[in-house]
Amino acid sequence: MFRNFKIIYRRYAGLYFCICVDVSDNNLAYLEAIHNFVEVLNEYFHNVCELDLVFNFYKVYTVVDEMFLAGEIRETSQTKVLKQLLMLQSLE
Amino acid sequence: MPAVSKGDGMRGLAVFISDIRNCKSKEAEIKRINKELANIRSKFKGDKALDGYSKKKYVCKLLFIFLLGHDIDFGHMEAVNLLSSNKYTEKQIGYLFISVLVNSNSELIRLINNAIKNDLASRNPTSMCLALHCIANVGSREMGEAFAADIPRILVAGDSMDSVKQSAALCLLRLYKASPDLVPMGEWTARVVHLLNDQHMGVVTAAVSLITCLCKKNPDDFKTCISLAVSRLSRIVSSASTDLQDYTYYFVPAPWLSVKLLRLLQCYPPPEDAAVKGRLVECLETVLNKAQEPPKSKKVQHSNAKNAILFETISLIIHYDSEPNLLVRACNQLGQFLQHRETNLRYLALESMCTLASSEFSHEAVKTHIDTVINALKTERDVSVRQRAADLLYAMCDRSNAKQIVSEMLRYLETADYAIREEIVLKVAILAEKYAVDYSWYVDTILNLIRIAGDYVSEEVWYRVLQIVTNRDDVQGYAAKTVFEALQAPACHENMVKVGGYILGEFGNLIAGDPRSSPPVQFSLLHSKFHLCSVATRALLLSTYIKFINLFPETKATIQGVLRAGSQLRNADVELQQRAVEYLTLSSVASTDVLATVLEEMPPFPERESSILAKLKRKKGPGAASGLDDGRRDASSNDINGGVEPTASTLSTPSPSADLLGLRAAPPPATAPAPASAGNLLVDVFSDSPAAQPSLGPTPEEAFLSELEPPAPESPMGLLADPAPVADPGPEDIGPPIPEADELLNKFVCKNNGVLFENQLLQIGVKSEFRQNLGRMYLFYGNKTSMQFQNFAPTVVHPGDLQTQLAVQTKRVATQVDGGAQVQQVLNIECLRDFLTPPLLLVRFRYGGAPQSLTLKLPVTINKFFQPTEMAAQDFFQRWKQLSLPLQEAQKIFKANHPMDAEVTKAKLLGFGSALLDNVDPNPENFVGAGIIQTKALQVGCLLRLEPNAQAQMYRLTLRTSKEPVSRHLCELLAQQF
Repeated sequence: MFRNFKIIYRRYAGLYFCICVDVSDNNLAYLEAIHNFVEVLNEYFHNVCELDLVFNFYKVYTVVDEMFLAGEIRETSQTKVLKQLLMLQSLE
Repeated sequence: MPAVSKGDGMRGLAVFISDIRNCKSKEAEIKRINKELANIRSKFKGDKALDGYSKKKYVCKLLFIFLLGHDIDFGHMEAVNLLSSNKYTEKQIGYLFISVLVNSNSELIRLINNAIKNDLASRNPTSMCLALHCIANVGSREMGEAFAADIPRILVAGDSMDSVKQSAALCLLRLYKASPDLVPMGEWTARVVHLLNDQHMGVVTAAVSLITCLCKKNPDDFKTCISLAVSRLSRIVSSASTDLQDYTYYFVPAPWLSVKLLRLLQCYPPPEDAAVKGRLVECLETVLNKAQEPPKSKKVQHSNAKNAILFETISLIIHYDSEPNLLVRACNQLGQFLQHRETNLRYLALESMCTLASSEFSHEAVKTHIDTVINALKTERDVSVRQRAADLLYAMCDRSNAKQIVSEMLRYLETADYAIREEIVLKVAILAEKYAVDYSWYVDTILNLIRIAGDYVSEEVWYRVLQIVTNRDDVQGYAAKTVFEALQAPACHENMVKVGGYILGEFGNLIAGDPRSSPPVQFSLLHSKFHLCSVATRALLLSTYIKFINLFPETKATIQGVLRAGSQLRNADVELQQRAVEYLTLSSVASTDVLATVLEEMPPFPERESSILAKLKRKKGPGAASGLDDGRRDASSNDINGGVEPTASTLSTPSPSADLLGLRAAPPPATAPAPASAGNLLVDVFSDSPAAQPSLGPTPEEAFLSELEPPAPESPMGLLADPAPVADPGPEDIGPPIPEADELLNKFVCKNNGVLFENQLLQIGVKSEFRQNLGRMYLFYGNKTSMQFQNFAPTVVHPGDLQTQLAVQTKRVATQVDGGAQVQQVLNIECLRDFLTPPLLLVRFRYGGAPQSLTLKLPVTINKFFQPTEMAAQDFFQRWKQLSLPLQEAQKIFKANHPMDAEVTKAKLLGFGSALLDNVDPNPENFVGAGIIQTKALQVGCLLRLEPNAQAQMYRLTLRTSKEPVSRHLCELLAQQF
C-alpha cells in the first residue's frame, strides 16, 4: 500500500520491479505483467543482467513505452513487441 | 534474435557510465559529474556547431546524470533540436529527454509542440509513435490544448497503422484523465467503441482502457460497448489455449485483455438484452469451470494468469450481485483458495470474500468458512494476510456468530501486531455494540479491550462505552460493579481508571449497598490510582470526587481534605488547581439541594452515529471526507466530556437549569442587601456553563471561574465606597466604536455573560449581575500574545447626556498585562434614569511599542434594570388599557432571523428581563410579559406582547411603557433578538 495506491512488485536476482496501481486493480494481472516485461527484456538483451539495463537505460524506456503507456498495458504479445523493437533497432 | 551490445553506438556514454560506476565514493562521483557537466557545457556553448551524433550523446549523458539524482539546468534547447532530426535514434533521445525532464518553460513548450505537430503529420509510424508517447508521458495541459483535437482523428483514421492506433488510444486516455474538458466528444466516440472488434488484439487491449475510462464519465454514450465486450470476451474464453498464438501467455489466452474486458463490464449493471446476458453468464461459468480443471502447466505464471481472470470474474459477479448461483460458486471457489499453499492466493481469497460477505445471497455461504478464517487469523505468518482475515471476520459477523468472532478477535488482540491493534480494537468495539443482545456482554467486552490493549483504546472507544452506559439504565449497576472489580487489579490501564472514575461518579451509588464496595472503599480505590495518572485523568477524578460528595455525603470530609491539600489547591497545572478550588468552594458553600442539582446524574446523550464507526471509516478510507469525520469526532468528544451537547439555545440564552434553581424567576426582594451574592454568583456560573461538569478544555465561561473571588459579605454599595478616580479622556481622544460594536452589543441584550470581544491580541470577557437599579460587571482582559501589554488602561466614557443617566465607576487595573495573563476589572453601575445609548469602553495599551486603541459599546442596556413583575390576566389588561396613548406604544413587525422555537423565545424573553405571563393571551402561541425598569429617579412600568407567525416567519412585537422613548428603545432592542 502506498498513499491511495498499491505497489505490486517482483524480485529478479537483486532487482525489484515495482508497479504502482489503483487499489482496486487486479493484483495477479499486474504481477504477471511485470513478468511479461522481464521476459521481453531478457529476449531483447539476450539473457538480461543489471548492467544491460544501466548501460542501455534509454532503450529500456523504449521497451517500457511499447508495453505500458499512460499507465495502462499497451501491448502484451512478446512476439509483437520484440518485432517492433528489432525494427527500431535497425533504424539509424 | 535481437541482441544489444553495451552502449551500442555511443562509446562516450558507455565510458562515462563505467567511470561513474567505478567511483569509490560519493565525492568522487560528484567530481566526475561536475567535470562532465563542464565539458558538455563548453561543447554546447562552443563556436563549432555540433553534429547530431554528439548532441545525442551529450543529451543522453545529461539524462543519465539527472537520473542519478542531480539537477540539470541546461541542455533543453539541444534536446529540442534533436526532435527535428531525421534520424530515429537522435529523435528518440530528444523525446526521452523532454519526457523525463518536463519543463514548463513556455518558449520551449512552443518549440516542442511544433516538433510534435510535425511528427504527428509525418505519416511515418515510428515518428508518430514517438510523438504520441511523448504526449502520453507528459500529459500536460499545454499539450492537451495543442493536440486533444488531433488525436481522435488519428485513432479512428482508416489508414493508421495498428501500433499508431494503440499509442493514440492511450495517449488520448492520458489527456482525457488530465483535462477532460479539452477532449471534444463527437463522431469519433461511436467508432472508438468498434475498436473492440478490431482484428489486432493489441489495439483492442489499448482501446479497452480508453473506453473503460470514458464509460465511467459518460455511461449512456458508450452503452453499445457492453455487447461488443461480451462477444469479445466470449471468443477469448472459449478459445483453445493455443488459438490466440501471440496473445497466449503460458497457455492462458489473452489474460490481460480478459481482465480489462471484465473490468469494463463492471462499469455497467447486468446486460438488459437476454441474449447478451446469457452469453455473458456462460462466459463466467466457463471461467469458474476452468478453475476446476487441472493446470496445463506447473509454472506459477500459468496459475497466476488464470487466477487473475478468475478473480476479476468473481469481482464482476459480486458487482452484479444478482446471480445467487454464481455468487455461491464464487464463494466456494474462494473457500478452496483459503487453504491454498500460495500465500498470495490466500490473501486475495480473503480480500474477495470480504465483499462477498456483504451480499445477501452469499453471506451465509461465506459464514461457513468461519473456522478456516479464524485459523488464518491465528496461524498466518504474514501480517497483511492476518489483517485480511480480521477484515473478513468483521464483514461476516452477524448476530448469530458475534460472540464467537468477538472472543476470537479479543484473543488475537493479545498477540496481535502493534500496527493493527488499534484497528482490531475499533472493530471489536463496533461489533460488540452492534450485536449486543445484553449490554453486560458489551460492557465486559470493552473492559476486556482496555485490559488487553489499553494503549490502543482510543478516546472514541471509551467515550462510547460511557455514552451507552449513561443511556441504558439496565446496565448501569452491572457496569459499576464490573469497573469496581476491574479497578482492583494491582496494575490497571489509565483508560480503565478514566472509565471507572466516570462510571463510579455517576453510578457508584448503585453498588454502595454492598459493604465490600461501600463509598469510602470506592473512594480510596480510585484515589489509590490518582497519583499515577496523567493530568487529564486526575482532572476527571476530581470531578468524580465532587460527584461523590453529592452521592455519598459521608465521604465529604475526606474528599474536602484531599481537595484542600496543597498538592491540589496549589497544583502547577491550572486545570487541576481550578477544579480543586472550585469544587472545594462549591462543596463548602452550596446547600445540599443546590449540590444535588448541580451534580445531578448526566442526562442521556443524543443518539448519533457511533464515533467509533466514523473513526474506522477514516482509518480505512484515506482522503474520503475525512474533514467531515474530524468535525464529528470533535463534537462528540466535547460532548462526552462536557456532558450535554451545546445547542444554540443553551449557548445564547440562560440555561434551563437556572430556572430550576429558581434564581431568575424570583430574585431577592427589593430590600434585601446583596450579601448572598457570592453564593448566587457561584451557582450562576454553573448554570451558564452548558454542562454541570466542566469540560476538560477550558471554555471562555470556565476562564471566569478562576476569577471568582472567595465569598465576601460585601454589598455592591460597599464596593462603591472606594472607587478609583475615573479619568475620562477628553472627547477628542475617543475613537468611534469599532464597526461590529453594535452587533456585539446585541449579543448581550438577553444575556449577561460571555465573550464581548476577541481579536488576535486580546480577548474581553464579561460577567455581570444586575439587581434593581444597580449592577456589577466584571471585565476580563486576556492577553492572547506572549508579550506584555504596557500602559494598559481600559476606561469607560459616557457620551452626551449619559453622565446624568448612568453612573459607572471603575476600579483601577494593573497597567501591565503579561503575555498569556488575564486581568479583571470591576465596574459598579448605577442607573440614575432611563437612557438610550450604552456607555463606551475605551481600551488603550501598547503592544510591542505600538499603541493600540479600541472602542467598544459596554453591554449595559436599559433592559438590564428590568425587574420582572408577575400579574394576573385581569391586571394585565387593565394596565394595557391605561397605557393607551399613541406615543406610549411602540410596535414592530419583522422577519424572523432565527428558527422560531418557542422554548428559545421564552428563554430570550426571560433573559431580556421581563416576567413571562401564562394564560393571559387567548392565543397560547403568543408571549406576554411585564416588568418594571428600575432607575434611581423613577420607575417605568412596561408591558410587552410578542406574536409569532410561524407560517410567514414573522413576528409582531408590541411594547407599552409609561415613557415614550423607552417603549421605542426597548422595542428596537428586543426586535433584534429573534
